[in-house]
Amino acid sequence: MKTTAKETGTSYTNGNTNVLPEPERKGRLLDLKSLTGKRVTWIIILLLLFAVPLLITKNSYLFLLTNIFIWSVFAMSYNLLLGYTGIISFGHAMFFGIGAYSLALTARHVPSGEFGFLLAILLTVGICFVLSLIVGLLSLRLRDTFYALITLAVATIFVIIAEQWRSMTMGNDGFNFTATLSRDLFGFINLLDRRHVYYIALIFLIAMFLVLKRFIHSPVGRTLQAIRDNEERVASLGFSVLNYKLISNVVAGVMAGLAGVVYAISIRFVSPASVLGVEKTIDVLLMTVIGGVGTLLGPIIGAGVVEVSSHYLMGLANIHPIFERWVIMFGVVFILIILFFPAGIVGTINQKYKSKKRKGKSHE
Amino acid sequence: MNTTTKDAKGQSHAKETTKEKIIETVNVTKSFGGHTAVNAVSLTIFDKEFKSIIGPNGAGKTTFFNLLSGQMKPTSGKIHFRGKEIHHLPPHKRTKLGIGRSFQITNVFPTLTVLENVRLAVQGKHNIHYSMFRHYRYYKHLEEEALDALERVNLREKSDQPASALAHGEKRKLEIAILLALDTELLLLDEPTAGMSIDEVPQIIEVLENIRDQRDRTILLIEHKIDLVKHLSDSIAVLFHGKQLADGSPEEIMNNEQVQSAYLGGLYDDAEN
Ligand SMILES: Nc1ncnc2c1ncn2[C@@H]1O[C@H](COP(=O)(O)OP(=O)(O)O)[C@@H](O)[C@H]1O
Ligand SMILES: [Mg+2]
Repeated sequence: MKTTAKETGTSYTNGNTNVLPEPERKGRLLDLKSLTGKRVTWIIILLLLFAVPLLITKNSYLFLLTNIFIWSVFAMSYNLLLGYTGIISFGHAMFFGIGAYSLALTARHVPSGEFGFLLAILLTVGICFVLSLIVGLLSLRLRDTFYALITLAVATIFVIIAEQWRSMTMGNDGFNFTATLSRDLFGFINLLDRRHVYYIALIFLIAMFLVLKRFIHSPVGRTLQAIRDNEERVASLGFSVLNYKLISNVVAGVMAGLAGVVYAISIRFVSPASVLGVEKTIDVLLMTVIGGVGTLLGPIIGAGVVEVSSHYLMGLANIHPIFERWVIMFGVVFILIILFFPAGIVGTINQKYKSKKRKGKSHE
Repeated sequence: MNTTTKDAKGQSHAKETTKEKIIETVNVTKSFGGHTAVNAVSLTIFDKEFKSIIGPNGAGKTTFFNLLSGQMKPTSGKIHFRGKEIHHLPPHKRTKLGIGRSFQITNVFPTLTVLENVRLAVQGKHNIHYSMFRHYRYYKHLEEEALDALERVNLREKSDQPASALAHGEKRKLEIAILLALDTELLLLDEPTAGMSIDEVPQIIEVLENIRDQRDRTILLIEHKIDLVKHLSDSIAVLFHGKQLADGSPEEIMNNEQVQSAYLGGLYDDAEN
């Protein structure tokens, strides 16, 4: 029998995966230890988060945390585009707004709370799916700048519809639907109880985080990250880049839509400016950049930083008029963060940690 | 099947018995504005053949590859792959048909690890395309095949480093590992050893020799190192100013007066740079 280069290669591989050499084994064990350490940390954080409504009774804090969770999901969905696929959207808020208006309108017009709620979700998923597919097909086969422009244009159309279709949306004023929110959704959820809404948002965040994590680490997710790095080469490996970008666009669109549904439940009010405007897309862009583009945790940290700092900066306005322009103050915060964390908070910490680990390895 | 033969007899046999065309270009032309980089080239590549394309810098070799693999569309002319017109197809469809290529200018995924660079090629080869809810490591065999390809270019130890951390020569080897992992029936190699250090080159030549000796692939190689080309190729085509100057066996090309006077002297100068 003749041994070809290929055959030798394969047998070598097999030999090596069955019996790991000493140093590699040691590495695995250490990894396992730090992995369980990580897991314990996560469990403690989750337990604390679930205990919050029992410890904190002040509704305004619960409200703040709830909104951080929801914005986290919205920013995570944006990060899928910006961080994991490498495309910039200026119209991502349209999906968020569609979700929020779907819930608001069904809450107002559909008497049955359960039916209205499910209908809102169904409408959101359906519309966001089709819309993201169409927008993607229109623009993603062209250069990435076209995608940015077309998303902006389509999102603006939705703002105009929400402003002009007064009979349905109350135009620029928007509308409040607190009175028609269900108090016994599925028999056990009171949408007017801040604690209930807090749990809905928390569970929603955990679920979406797990879905996204799985997606990022799936073959499709890995291909998307390769597209971000070098689109042309991905195509030359036999992948249809367009189809992959479409998948990313649809997943991000539907996820943003669902975040909009939960957001409407939390703020009990919708208007073009509060859920649909282009500024909302800029907000999630900032959250993603601050937290760390292309990291799983980054958007959550970014949402926390932005929400907390804008909450307190707005509060400062009562102390001194200089703080009335809290947006400017926020700009200062933003510049400071980017100065000290050029890859975003999570991104920069990850880099430091990795280079430390590598240095440690070479010292061994 | 065990048809792997290394003896010279096997090689010459293979050349005579397999005369099926795999690629045929008909007057294929590519112009950039007023400049014609590839000018009415009609070239045939036979199945399981090892063919090289030589020519001075700027002769249009890389552009010709871009036309074959779909990065560029011809201005005029036709390209057939196994009798089927392919010049209108986008790159990813040509790869799926079986045309794989490596790039002259290193073209890898800088932020991904070395292993991940190659694993993606294996994933593409196995047509694992729209799997969204399984962990990528679920497909364990992909990783093993990728490590196998890295082994062949001596890059296995670097598998968990980001590609951006590799030295230039190593990136060139990674480029080749990606192509090997893609495992297509036609391999287009654009100056695979350019930019490698002297001690890295023999490994790559060995890889090329091995593929040739297995006689189950068609290879089209662009290369400046004329000794290497002479040694490896069944046939050599010469491009000069976008035009096809000659096409024949290595002996024919080396003895071709036109090739010698017009170009071979210059080629050695090129190789020095
Ligand atoms: N994308 C392009 N745009 C304009 N001119 C190009 C392009 N690609 C190649 N050329 C020109 O085409 C000619 C052939 O280039 P190339 O195919 O890279 O040559 P080779 O690979 O033989 O060195 C050169 O004159 C080059 O400048
Ligand atoms: Mg070239």
